[in-house]
Amino acid sequence: MNEFMKKLTESAGVSGCEEEVRDIIIEEIKPYCDTLRIDKMGNLIAFKRGTGEKRKRIMLGAHMDEVGFMVKSIDDNGALKFMTAGSIDRRVLIGKRVLVGKEKIPGAIAYKAVHNQRGEYEVLPKVEQLSIDIGFSDKKEAEKVVSAGDYAVFATEYEERGDIMKGKAFDDRFGCYAIIELFKTKHKHDIYGTFFVQEEVGLRGSAPSAVSVNPDYAIVLEGTSAADMPHEKDEADFPKMGEGVVVTISDRTFFADREFLDFVKRIGKEKKIPFQFKQPMIGGTDAGMIHVANGGIKTMVFAVPSRYIHSPVCYASKRDLESMIALAKQTINNLK
Amino acid sequence: MKNIIRTLTEIIGPSSYEEIVADAIEKMVSKNRKLEIKRDVMGNLIVRRKGGGKKIMYAAHMDEIGFMVKHIDKNGYLRFAVVGGIFNHNVIHNHVRFTNGVEGVIGIEEKTFNWKEIPSAEKMFIDIGAKSRSDAEKLVSIGSLAGMKATFVEMGKRISTKTLDDRIGCAMLVKLALSEIKGDNDVYFVFTTQEEVGLRGAKTSSFGISPDFAVAIDVTDTGDTPECHVMEVSLGKGPAIKVMDGGMVVRKPVIDFMKETAEKNGIPYQLEILAGGTTDAMAIQTTKEGILAGVISVPTRYIHSQAETCDMDDVENGVKLLKAMAEANFSKKVM
Repeated sequence: MNEFMKKLTESAGVSGCEEEVRDIIIEEIKPYCDTLRIDKMGNLIAFKRGTGEKRKRIMLGAHMDEVGFMVKSIDDNGALKFMTAGSIDRRVLIGKRVLVGKEKIPGAIAYKAVHNQRGEYEVLPKVEQLSIDIGFSDKKEAEKVVSAGDYAVFATEYEERGDIMKGKAFDDRFGCYAIIELFKTKHKHDIYGTFFVQEEVGLRGSAPSAVSVNPDYAIVLEGTSAADMPHEKDEADFPKMGEGVVVTISDRTFFADREFLDFVKRIGKEKKIPFQFKQPMIGGTDAGMIHVANGGIKTMVFAVPSRYIHSPVCYASKRDLESMIALAKQTINNLK
Repeated sequence: MKNIIRTLTEIIGPSSYEEIVADAIEKMVSKNRKLEIKRDVMGNLIVRRKGGGKKIMYAAHMDEIGFMVKHIDKNGYLRFAVVGGIFNHNVIHNHVRFTNGVEGVIGIEEKTFNWKEIPSAEKMFIDIGAKSRSDAEKLVSIGSLAGMKATFVEMGKRISTKTLDDRIGCAMLVKLALSEIKGDNDVYFVFTTQEEVGLRGAKTSSFGISPDFAVAIDVTDTGDTPECHVMEVSLGKGPAIKVMDGGMVVRKPVIDFMKETAEKNGIPYQLEILAGGTTDAMAIQTTKEGILAGVISVPTRYIHSQAETCDMDDVENGVKLLKAMAEANFSKKVM
């Protein structure tokens, strides 16, 4: 069992409340970096000086936040009304266990039992109709432990079975994990490990970091959607779990610089690192903000394909994570 | 001028693949040996007529809307994602051309297509004459980019082809860069990238140049076709000075300066208020601490189709207006 991965993915870090994740990262990365600072947005920026003569500035970026919930109000009967932070399919919510607030009070996203409905289960309730039940029947009691503005996350425990990891927040604790791993070895170039806040609510943390670091190159490390279910139609498919790191050609926010992309493809082939492409022109990552920061920054996105992202349970392959780390490492080491 | 427009519109340069356009423009403007030429990280082509005066940035975008291959099926048909604001009803059975010269036609799934609805791009495919996946893979790969194929048509003073948006702006700046500009202003002709997908090249190039005054040169809609939306812009009545569009409001000193310069030089102009859409000037206006920015537009019909249509008089007058603005003495003028 990868105990650090367990700790990292089980920690709570809904957009705007990334402190717990950040503290875990700081503790782990501290021995391997020269400087460490937190900027005004709350982004964590670790720096590791390169060993080479002619050093480029390379920024590795991953976001610390995850999709989750914020308590909006408390009903008279002690039920917590909530909003989602980041995009979550509301069909995955009912009946799921959550942890509320800093104290991680266990609760469940509740809806009337099937017995108390008259065919309502045919219709999908809106988020406003759902509530988090933490086991109270009275507002005053609930207010002793929870208040409006508290965050909640899915209460998923990390598990492994052979090559497969199961857990929550793989988007983007995998990126955070990869940066920490990359900090553990020496590089000839100067490396900036930047851990962003608020990606899931609008790529907000990355722009200020990119402006202040102003790197020559940036690599965004991500968790991306895998959908390797069988298709009837012979048409474009999502990346597949177990088939290697996912490289972005383009998405809604970004086109990979073609020279940089060709370089990465060549390195991947030479070093025999399995990689696959993301379906073009969909989705978006922090790269969208980074590549147009300042006078423009050559940027690349690598991601681990993960099934059912933004849900309580994701599945991913350890080999894909290793491929992402390997491709990032080889890219850094081979940049002139 | 027509030759420059024809040459530039025939090139395929979808967003992120502007190199061929940039190479052609660089070849044209390098005839003027006084110009400094460079490219930045985002691929913007920056041509400078050096001077000691105010920094003026003229921006026209090189990229065009297009198609990116996302899947090659076993029979060699290509599924694609659209790049930029493609109107799906415009492209069915259009000819397309890839950046490597491969040509094809856009087909649509007959069984799922309902003629009463605008189909989604998912229901379309590109046929490049390949008989199998391996056959197609010799010609294109995932990520390959195509644009509409150019068919240049002349109708008196009017011309019609693909990508007048915004090769017309590029052509105007080429013409201007090759002319003798009087005065001491530091003039940058910037041929920008990735406008159609989010004004991205303009953002980084204006950051790098940090001009005192910037003008985007682009196309705008017209209100002069049967039963069209109301708009006070017509073909042939002069270049349009933008007042407002979907992304920016031009500041009054900029509009006044443009109007005065046109009037002083006897150049016809129209005022443009565009309901939707925007230009590079929007990104430039809010770069750094803010940059005075405006737009000179070429009135154009049927924008984002294979048959964008404009009037050569508006183009020629636009060049005259841009030249007069580049030669203006800003030390006397508070703007």
